[in-house]
Parts: sequence; structure tokens; C-alpha cells
Amino acid sequence: MTIVVGYVPTPEGEAALTQAIAEARKSNTTLLVINSSKGDALVDNRYAQEPEMHGIEARLAAHGVDHVIKQPVRGHDAAAEVLDAAEEHNAELIVIGLRRRTPVGKLIMGSTSQRILLEADCPVLAVKAGMAG
Amino acid sequence: MDVFSSLMDGFATALTPMNFLYAVIGVVLGTAVGVLPGLGPAMTVALLLPVTYALEPTSAFIMFAGIYYGGMYGGSTTSILLNTPGESSSVVTAIEGNKMAKAGRAAQALATAAIGSFVAGTIGTALLAVCAPIVVEFAISLGAPSYFAIMVLALLAVTAVLGSSRLRGFASLGLGLAIGLVGLDVVTGQARLTFGVPLLADGLDIVVVAVAIFAVGEALWVAAHLRRTPLQVIPVGRPWMGKKDWKRSWKPWLRGTAFGFPFGALPAGGAEIPTFLSYVTEKKLSKHPEEFGKGAIEGVAGPEAANNAAAAGTLTPMLALGLPTNATAAVMLAAFTQYGIQPGPQLFESQGPLVWALIASLFIGNFLLLIINLPLAPLWAKLLQIPRPYLYAGILFFATLGAYSVNLQAFDLVLLLTLGALGFMMRRFGLPVLPLILGVILGPRIEKQLRQTLQLSAGDPAGLWSEPIAVGIYIIIALILLWPLLFKLIRRNRPAAVPAGVAATRSGASEPTDASGGSASHGSHRATTGGDGDGGG
Repeated sequence: MTIVVGYVPTPEGEAALTQAIAEARKSNTTLLVINSSKGDALVDNRYAQEPEMHGIEARLAAHGVDHVIKQPVRGHDAAAEVLDAAEEHNAELIVIGLRRRTPVGKLIMGSTSQRILLEADCPVLAVKAGMAG
Repeated sequence: MDVFSSLMDGFATALTPMNFLYAVIGVVLGTAVGVLPGLGPAMTVALLLPVTYALEPTSAFIMFAGIYYGGMYGGSTTSILLNTPGESSSVVTAIEGNKMAKAGRAAQALATAAIGSFVAGTIGTALLAVCAPIVVEFAISLGAPSYFAIMVLALLAVTAVLGSSRLRGFASLGLGLAIGLVGLDVVTGQARLTFGVPLLADGLDIVVVAVAIFAVGEALWVAAHLRRTPLQVIPVGRPWMGKKDWKRSWKPWLRGTAFGFPFGALPAGGAEIPTFLSYVTEKKLSKHPEEFGKGAIEGVAGPEAANNAAAAGTLTPMLALGLPTNATAAVMLAAFTQYGIQPGPQLFESQGPLVWALIASLFIGNFLLLIINLPLAPLWAKLLQIPRPYLYAGILFFATLGAYSVNLQAFDLVLLLTLGALGFMMRRFGLPVLPLILGVILGPRIEKQLRQTLQLSAGDPAGLWSEPIAVGIYIIIALILLWPLLFKLIRRNRPAAVPAGVAATRSGASEPTDASGGSASHGSHRATTGGDGDGGG
């Protein structure tokens, strides 16, 4: 059993990661960190660069959490990557960060968190920025 | 003719509200495509060629000139903030510029690039205004044989000197000349390379060829290499420079200009060689040689000035002789033909107001570019977040629309796709695009001069070297073609005769080569093609 967390380098992503680390320590399971990009733009600020990922790796190691970090760039959107990983690893929990979206923004861009919430086969824990503890 | 008063008339034309608006559109578009790797000013001007049906020639050329200069500015932003050269001419800028940005001096790097480009562009344009009429006076005395020789020199020099492989260069040139031959022979009316298709009798429209090679070819290439690990732009505030940066920058700016303009004006110039030379020079002359490789401001200031001065230089033979030396100038020359304007030495005479308005608009465009680039550079970098499928879908849409609007014939779309596939294959096999475009555009004009020469001499090939200038140029051509061979022979005959001094300069010169090679290969696995989209741009 594993816990899957969708990570992006934003306050919401940080909150999700912090919460996920706490959950993983509580149930003593493997934490799978997913940070993906479609890879179709030259610059994607939601894709964490190497130094950042090293920092996260160090943090996970310091907490003594058994972890796997994946950064798939396969042209799938973030929701699909998280759901795929959850299914593949038979996840017991998905942790994601939530942020406020305007209805128009959601209409045009879609919502990654909404898709994960609706389509996941396991419980989903949604965290807002600055809420995790 | 008084240069100054003509230029002032030009300013009067270029500053009318409509023309000024087109200058603004041009520089904004130019900066945008300059920032985006893989898109270049040549592709943009090619995509906009169909607007020549609706616009006044003056307005159209003011816009094209803005795009051309804007592309030179925009390329530096990507080089500095992303280490991915937006244009081939800013490859060298990336070496020091990106190091500066990583060291937290992105603002200074962007500022010295923008201000240096402005200084070099302004000086270069002034030189253009002064030199072009002189070149014209000289060129008017040339007969068809000399003119033929100069064009052959330009074609061969661009093919043989630029680019990594001569074989690929000549293959590309051959393709271009063949495409240029399609259609009815002007003199005898025989059909050539039409394969019995009557629609080909008028020849291939240059709009279709340019759009297919630049836009469709690039779009297919990007589609084939779509997914890559995304990068992050180095965050930067408003570009600015301290007193010390000014002190270290102004000399490289002037030296870069001195390198850029003459190289741009030469038939085989382009902007790559002078930027590289400027980098090497700055490295040698710098008082802070230890900073090179770690982000020396001189290494950004010099090359950026050089590439903008080269852009101005390129326009000298383009306007004075009708001789384009890079892809953008070639496509602009095609635009002249679209308007039925004969490019060549008589251009200044027959289209004086247009030419001077164009030159005046370069001064204006340069100033506009400084204004929109200094405060807005971080904003431009945001363009890189656009998912490329959207971008290239738009480009393909405009390419198709443009190609169809030329003759309103579905057959042109078939040609567009066929030539687009050719453009893709050329990128796949590393053939440079520039010789092909020059071949297509210059081929028919070279042929015309050749036919004229032979008609004058009643078919006697001796007519080709009947003018002393032509003979001189043929000697230069022979030297260019035989140079690698001679070089090999000399080195083989005198292997031990290389003194230590020569060896030292050679090793000094080879070091930056490695550096630029390294960043270029960087570009090729990260950026689309590292500026391939605009051959000489």
C-alpha cells in the first residue's frame, strides 16, 4: 500500500506534501511523490527543477519516510498522471493541494483536483495552502 | 542626392500614424518570435507575405523591418534567462548571459543586451544610410557579367562558409535552384520541370515556398519532437545597470558594432561569425578575464551589439544591390518582387521615398525596441509558457491561409504540404535552410543576368569575364571554394613550421568554440532547433 501525493512547487503543493508526509509516517507506508508536466511548453513553472527535487528528497529522508519520486513527462495532464500512479501502486490514499478557482477559469482550463476527486478509486485528502500540520 | 534630406523625408513618411502603428506591430511581433526558439523573423515575414496584397509597400516594409530588428532583440532574452538561444545569432550571448543570470545578475545582462543592441542598431542604421548610396553609385556602373559574378559569389559564399557541412550546404542550394527553375523559361518559353502539370507553368510562388519551408517544416519538426523536460525561467525584475556595468559595457558595444556591420554587409556575413569574433575579442581584451565562463558582462554586451549591427549591415547589400545574405533579407526581397518592385542598384533611384522611409523606420524601430524590451523583458519570457501545440496550430493555420490566398488554388496547398515535408526532411538530416531559400529567390535573377550576358556576347562564354570586376570576383570565388583544399596542403607541407605563437592563438580560439559547441548541443536537446528555423537570422 502506498500514499500518492501530487506535488507542484506552489504553496498548495507544499501543503499537500507536508500533509502527505504526516500521513505516511502515521500509517508507515511508502510515499509516492508525483510531479509531472505535459512537456509541451518550453517553460513550465509547475514542473520542479532538479535542485528543488533534491531538497524534497532530503526532506523525505530526514523524516524517515520510505519514498519514491516520479517526474513523468509523457504528454498526459497532471490528473491522469496522479490517477495512473494511484491505480498502478494500489494506493490507499491520494493527497492533493486545492486552490480557489473562478468558475470561468475552471470552465476554460479544467480542474486537476476536481478530476482527481471524482475519478479516484481510493479516498482523496484535499489540503488548502497553509492548512497542513 | 543629399542623404540627410532624403532621410528626413523618410522620417516624415515613417512617422505618419499608420506607418508608426505598423512599426509598433512589427517590433512587438518580432520580439515575440525572437523570444520563442524555433520561430524566427524569416518565418514571420514569410507568413506575412500575403498581407502585401492589402498593404501599401511602405507600411509593409516598415513592419517587416520591425520584425527583423525585433527578432534580434528577442533572441537575447531567451538566451540569458533560459540558456536556450531564441535565434542562431544569440547562441554566443547564452554563454555568458546565462551564467550572469544564474549568478543573480540577469537584470544587468538583459540591460546590457538591450542597450547594446540599441547602440549598435542605431550606429549600424546610420552606417547603412551612409554606405548604401555609395554602394549604389558603384553598383550602377556594373554590367550584367559583374552582377552575375557577385550573385554567384553570394550564393556560394553563404553555402560554403556558413554551416557545418559544405556537402549539406550545396545539397540545399541545389534543391533551391531546382525549385527556382520550375516554370516557363523567360526567354524561349519552354516549360521546365513542370512534369506536364499546367499549374506549374507559372513557377512556384515564393510565398508558398517560403511558408512551406519555414513554417510548415518547422511545425512538423516540432510536432515530431514535442515532449521535452520543461525548464524554468530564471526570475528577474526590471533590467537595470549600475555605473560599473556601464563602464564595462560601452567599449564592447562599440567593438561589437565594428565587427557586426561589415560582416553583415559581406555576401557571406550573417550574424553568427561577428558575434563569435566579438566574444573572443572581449575575452582577450577584458580586464576581468577570470570572470569569463562565470558571467562576464562584456561577453553579453559585445555579441549582442554585433548581431544587431550585422542586422543593419545585411540590409546594405539587400537595398543597394538586391542581394540578400540571410533568410529574413531573402524573404523581404521576395516581398519587393511581390509588389513588382525591381530590387537592385536602381532601387534607390526608382523607389527613393520607400527606401528612405524604411531606413528611417529602422531608427524608430530601434528606439521602440529599447522601450518595450527594457521594462518588459520578464513579461516576454512568459511567452515561453505557451503550450506549443496551440502555437503551431496557429502557425499552420496562417500558413495554409497565406498559401491559399496567393492564387486561390487548392493546388498550392498540395505544394505547401509537399514542400513542408521537404522542409521537415531537411531539418531531420541537418540541411541548412538558408541556401535553399537563397537559391529559390536568387536563382531566377542569376539566370536573367547570365542570359543577358550571353545574349550580349552572342553566346560566347568569354563574355562572362569581360569585365575586370567580374574577373576579380571569380578569383575570390575560386579562393573560397579551394580554401579548405589549400589549407590542407599547406598544413601537410609544413607540419613542423607552425610556430608557438600560432599554436597559442589557435588554442585560444578553440576554447570558445568548445563553449559555443557545448551550448549549441544544449540547445539542440532542449530547444527545438537552436535557431535553425531562421538560418542566418
